[in-house]
Amino acid sequence: MDSRVITDLKKLLGAEAVLHRPEELLLYEYDGSVEIARPNCVAFPRTTSDVVGIVQIANRYQVPLVGRGAGTGLSGGALARQGGILVPFSRMNRILAIDAENQRATVQPGVVNADVSVAVGHLGLHFAPDPSSQRASTIGGNVSENSGGPHTLAYGVTTNHVLSLEVVLPTGEVVRLGSPALDSPGYDLDGLFVGSEGTLALVTEITVKLTRNPEAVKTLLAIFDTVDDATETVVDITARGITPAACEMLDGWTIRAVEAYVHAGFPVDCAAVLLLEVDGLREAVEQQTEDVADVCRLHRAREVRVARDETERALLWKGRKNAFGAVGRLSPTYYVQDGVIPRTKLPDTLRRINEIGTKYGFEIGNIFHAGDGNLHPIILFDAREEEQFRRAVATADEIIGFCIEMGGSITGEHGVGMEKDRLMPLLFSEDDLNLMRRVRDTFNPAGLLNPGKIFPTAKGCGEIRVRPLPVGASRA
Amino acid sequence: MSTAGATVGSRLADIVGPQHVIADPALLAPFAVDNKKPSAAVRPQSTAEIAAIVKFAAKEQLAVIATGARTKLGIGLPPRQYDIALDMTRLDRVVAYDPGDLTLSAEAGIPLRTLGGILAEHRQFLPLAVPYQSQTTIGGTIASGVDSPLRQLYGTARDYLLGMEFVTGEGVASKSGGRVVKNVTGYDIHKLMIGALGTLGVITRINFKTFPMPAASRAFVATFQTVERACGMRNRLSQSPLAPMTVELFSPGVADLFSSEAASRIEPNPMPENVISGTRWSFTTGFAGNENTLKRYETDLRKMAEECGAVDVAILGSSQIGPAFARKREFVPIALSSSPAATILKICVVPIKMSEALKAAGQAAETNHLPWVAMARGVGVIYFALLPKERNDETKRQSAQASNQIFAACAALGGHAAIPWCPAEWKDVLKVWGLDRPDFAQMQKLKTVFDPLAMLSPGRFVGGI
Repeated sequence: MDSRVITDLKKLLGAEAVLHRPEELLLYEYDGSVEIARPNCVAFPRTTSDVVGIVQIANRYQVPLVGRGAGTGLSGGALARQGGILVPFSRMNRILAIDAENQRATVQPGVVNADVSVAVGHLGLHFAPDPSSQRASTIGGNVSENSGGPHTLAYGVTTNHVLSLEVVLPTGEVVRLGSPALDSPGYDLDGLFVGSEGTLALVTEITVKLTRNPEAVKTLLAIFDTVDDATETVVDITARGITPAACEMLDGWTIRAVEAYVHAGFPVDCAAVLLLEVDGLREAVEQQTEDVADVCRLHRAREVRVARDETERALLWKGRKNAFGAVGRLSPTYYVQDGVIPRTKLPDTLRRINEIGTKYGFEIGNIFHAGDGNLHPIILFDAREEEQFRRAVATADEIIGFCIEMGGSITGEHGVGMEKDRLMPLLFSEDDLNLMRRVRDTFNPAGLLNPGKIFPTAKGCGEIRVRPLPVGASRA
Repeated sequence: MSTAGATVGSRLADIVGPQHVIADPALLAPFAVDNKKPSAAVRPQSTAEIAAIVKFAAKEQLAVIATGARTKLGIGLPPRQYDIALDMTRLDRVVAYDPGDLTLSAEAGIPLRTLGGILAEHRQFLPLAVPYQSQTTIGGTIASGVDSPLRQLYGTARDYLLGMEFVTGEGVASKSGGRVVKNVTGYDIHKLMIGALGTLGVITRINFKTFPMPAASRAFVATFQTVERACGMRNRLSQSPLAPMTVELFSPGVADLFSSEAASRIEPNPMPENVISGTRWSFTTGFAGNENTLKRYETDLRKMAEECGAVDVAILGSSQIGPAFARKREFVPIALSSSPAATILKICVVPIKMSEALKAAGQAAETNHLPWVAMARGVGVIYFALLPKERNDETKRQSAQASNQIFAACAALGGHAAIPWCPAEWKDVLKVWGLDRPDFAQMQKLKTVFDPLAMLSPGRFVGGI
């Protein structure tokens, strides 16, 4: 890379806002995925005009440009795959406006997801999308990836909660899309840009909807002696038209890992648990709790516990949300998949995942958003051994292949990024992908913004992009 | 038969068979868009046929407009060019329905009513209580972007559309999204197609999330002396834990409109008495749940209404809800048929500004001597109808002036407005799409990607896209 990029960036942002020494860049060569890619430099904007300046420098020297939130992403979306300037938004982290009456908030992209809900909690409001990474991940990152979370079953994913964006296009233009008022005339540009994985623009401001806190919440833990009973329960709950606020499943293997770490009170001798939540008006919640518990018992739940108070409830959720951290203690590396299947296919799919694991010699843990059929099989492996890594990728591919066979998708909430780009042709024809590429190219004509993401590149399929991690390095 | 029509017609007949082509000008009148007739109409039955038709059209520089039940072709600017009507009604199959998964995939030409019947067998539904309910197709509903009172709870189509298949302006069959309820694979192109009037592609197939029908529902009505108080009730409700399915406000004039002869022509079920006041602003809300929940709603709503200064309140039972809901759903067609020159604005502001927007709009209408009625959704979307008694140059000038004043007022309130419906002959003066938008250049870029020759619905969309 031209060394003038760094000189110009320092001139624009000040020396303390630009990193370029190899030891400084180490932190920015990975995210939450198994991918690694090192940027040539890291530039921290504080304002939209800083972002415009950075974009201009990237254009001047024709170097790639990649936005980044907290780097918790699981598909390599925030990695500088082809080097260039990485732009973390951590210094653009102010909540700009809270409009409680209209249930809107306008925030900078670097605001941490959970901080929005904390800031509006006293108003009885919250920001509904709740990825498990929400204590670290940022709204900008959530917007780029169209993040989900346990409560998106009832409340929807990020795109359902975004009203307006200020974006800096790769050409340096600043554009405002959508508006705090609904139904802006014209194409739904917000709908296109949310979830575009940072390939169309750098987002500099976001207006989101805020959701009123439910009056009552009940959290249930249903304990099962077989995985089939748990998955059949999910199928039945869905078929009966009961929509819990959340419906999460953890299998026995995961529970044991979580218990050793979090002590959430999950029974370590069971085959699976469902963590279910119902919320709303007191009157409705009482009935729904009973309905849900009845379905669980109908499918031979050994026990259905209802959290007695907020402490018990928080503990159960802590177990769920820290599960990946717990798994990280068991193995030098793990690989989380994000396939989606129609919910009626849950029992078949979980059985198949188990078989695939046996075939490749891996124990696969399952902790996932059962209510919307969004699987997260976890494959533990040691990335220091190339043979193991290859086997892990083959295992994951076979699982994803099965999801597609079931009429599903390759990613429910983690994004395609640089991890699943080669799988895109399994879902989309060359014509479909070409159209999407043309959409990208019309906004990102020089291809400088987040290159090498979403779309399959020309390279051969089996290419190993991942470098083994140093011993003891954590992915969580 | 015109020569142009005959040539185009015979080429189309090669693709779909002669029995599915109409080239007789006398029979093409129903396909007119803003008084412009195509030279042929064609009724394909498959995506492959549509791709072939669009490819042919692109090659010959013929403009194509996809049509369904043709109930909403008046939305948008007049087409710059219009040669082929692509009648989608033979694509009317349910492709896949998995009641247990609450997902459905259907072809674009299926009537919404048929779809509703299929879903009802499994006690499910789509929250698309849109106007022209008994005629409209799912494709037309999505492409026109009309909304439903149920958006209060369920959101709009963008919130429950899972994926789509479509044919681009170059005749390429393409798709985005999928059929599962959660999916972030690739760009959400299907969201762009909602309300795009077919300017980006011909929608051929649509995948939806479906919803379980609520066990029981009821409605609550309260009337208020002023618009401020009626809006105050909306604001009070939004601060409460109640989550109703619908929240709507009606101006005093709506009562007369709904009991008019025009109304019974469109929606034959008679409007129950005393649901909407003829002299005051009416606030209505519908809610669902078990018996205890319904009771809770009633108690809380009564209390709120009292605090907000309601003149009177009423609860509607199931026998009254249906007919009342139907008339409200058909507000647009009823308003259109009640005046020889109805102009309906769609005004969007943040909810708390609705009272100001309604007052400004009412004032603009009255200053210009135009009768008006309004229906406002609780989410901040207002349908404001100017209903002149006559169609002439004077009322045209008045309507243009009033709508321009409303545009300015909305902009000052941080919102926006457009004119989805007005007489075709007035579109040279009325700003159909409202004021210029800062993101227009980005929309033009997209049009170039999807329809580089601008052969799909040319000229009808924002800024003449």
